Amino acid sequence: MKIAVASGKGGTGKTFVAVNLFHSLKNKGKCVALADCDVEVPNALAFFEADLCNEIEVTEFRPIIHNDQCVFCGKCVEYCEYHAIFYMPSSRYIRLLNDLCHGCAACSVACESGAIENSSTVVGTVSSYKYQNSVCLAEGRMTTGHPSPVPLIKATMKNAFQDQSEYELYDSPPGTSCPFIQTVAKSDFVILVTEPTPFGLSDLKQAIDTLLTMGKAFGVVINRAGLGDREVYDYLERNGYTLLAEIPFEEEIARLYSEGKVVSEHHEGANRVFHSLADKLIAYGNSSN
Amino acid sequence: MEIAVISGKGGTGKSSISAAFMSLVSNVMAVDCDVDASNLYLLFHPFHDKELVFVSGKHAKVDNEACIGCGRCEELCRFDAIEMTQGKAVIDEISCDGCALCYRICPVDAITMIPVDKSRMYIGTFRHGNMVYGRLAPGEENSGKMVNQIREISKNIAKEKLCPVTILDGPPGIGCPVLSTITGVDKVVIVTEPTLSGFSDLKRAVELVRQYSLPTYVIINKCTLNQTVARQVEDWCAQINVPVVALLPFSPEMVEALVEGKTIVEYRPQSDMTNLLKKALSEILF
Ligand code: SF4
Ligand code: SF4
Ligand code: SF4
Ligand code: SF4
Repeated sequence: MKIAVASGKGGTGKTFVAVNLFHSLKNKGKCVALADCDVEVPNALAFFEADLCNEIEVTEFRPIIHNDQCVFCGKCVEYCEYHAIFYMPSSRYIRLLNDLCHGCAACSVACESGAIENSSTVVGTVSSYKYQNSVCLAEGRMTTGHPSPVPLIKATMKNAFQDQSEYELYDSPPGTSCPFIQTVAKSDFVILVTEPTPFGLSDLKQAIDTLLTMGKAFGVVINRAGLGDREVYDYLERNGYTLLAEIPFEEEIARLYSEGKVVSEHHEGANRVFHSLADKLIAYGNSSN
Repeated sequence: MEIAVISGKGGTGKSSISAAFMSLVSNVMAVDCDVDASNLYLLFHPFHDKELVFVSGKHAKVDNEACIGCGRCEELCRFDAIEMTQGKAVIDEISCDGCALCYRICPVDAITMIPVDKSRMYIGTFRHGNMVYGRLAPGEENSGKMVNQIREISKNIAKEKLCPVTILDGPPGIGCPVLSTITGVDKVVIVTEPTLSGFSDLKRAVELVRQYSLPTYVIINKCTLNQTVARQVEDWCAQINVPVVALLPFSPEMVEALVEGKTIVEYRPQSDMTNLLKKALSEILF
């Protein structure tokens, strides 16, 4: 079962939930893997001591435009939807604007004079790690300044694990835009992490609306319970959405997390919460099979 | 003057701090650049003067009747968005990047490009001045382009209404919309929190901002949650010559203020937190 751990917005504790849930499922003897798909700022793996065992570079198409072979017909410019080609026929000058290029290769299809050479650029890496005797941790890491994380997220979900795991957890990118959609689209179940504040509620609603249009099964985890108000609870109850778990706000939890620790290993209350969350997912997995 | 408030990652309290700054400047130009999850409007309830449609891109659509199933589009699409099913091209909207290559090469013109126009931009006024923000419809890309448009709009309004200071609440991360937020601003404030992951996010954000040689300031929020890491962050900033303009304690009042629909400055005008923020803002401004 593929489970995406997501949130309408970053900083709600999505990585915290993914890391601790991974730990709890593993403690229950489940075959579980965790991949960090938050490729712009991956940091789930910092919580584990794991050994790098495989690294692949993910590339995307890039044209090389040869000024000297160009006959300045302008066809590639017409084909490029992203205005990524700087074109000055009067000065017989043509150049790629790399930052704008999406790698669609339309220019290469357009050019009939052989002035465009097919090449590629590195958008990031997908690394797999060995942890406690199996390859069960992975992350995608985007090259700083690359325009879109989407191809790398796709590659991470596809290549992270060769072996089949019973549970694959994906720490999803925040927000509800393209990167989020990419991650949840390939998942069987989505855990939405939120906090009980007006901002949390607004982001949660948007995420849930998106998942509903996609027809995805989901449940909600409320983090930092006790801070804020009851609006998120009322909203869940009114609509009959599943509240999977509540993690109380405690300075001790925040402190352990800030030190890069797997909190449930050191905090009894948190441990209980994540064990029960793991049980619920196992039950869900069994019932949906 | 334009000041962008960003953070390497969400959840550092960046929005609460931007909102506080916005409520400290009179006739402010407040811009919410976090178009994927804009929520400052929840605090400020702006009165909307104008709503604008934002076209984020296009999607390809196949006319089933016309398609002869030659498979050329599937072969050329670089985004794996087309699959031949029962002799017809089927497009996966989620994967389609809108490059229009399939549209151009289809021998029977079976493909049309449909504009994606569900996103909106809003211009309005609120209790401290003017506000511009955008809401990108779920699943839509091009938040960078929307941020560019919002900034363009806010610049014009700031000029017209003589707003002395523009404060931009930036999106999380270090991607394209963040670049759009900081390009051309006068100063950048990075909000961080004292966690190991927060620290590494801060480093990436600083690295990014440095490429643009912009004056940069750091605010360490929720310091009391881990004094040790807070001190490490402070030392690191001193080493690279980035001023730390505020060390804010963790305070449940920040969340209480949100629940009340107020900024911390409005909720607890006399508090230490408010004073620290006032001091930080004046250091950034002058
Ligand atoms: S690959 Fe696509 S986006 Fe890049 S220059 Fe060519 S046509 Fe433009
Ligand atoms: S299509 Fe080829 S020949 Fe024509 S302008 Fe582009 S690069 Fe030059
Ligand atoms: S190129 Fe046109 S005709 Fe050929 S499969 Fe695609 S849509 Fe159908
Ligand atoms: S528009 Fe581009 S990305 Fe979309 S289906 Fe056509 S070729 Fe693929």
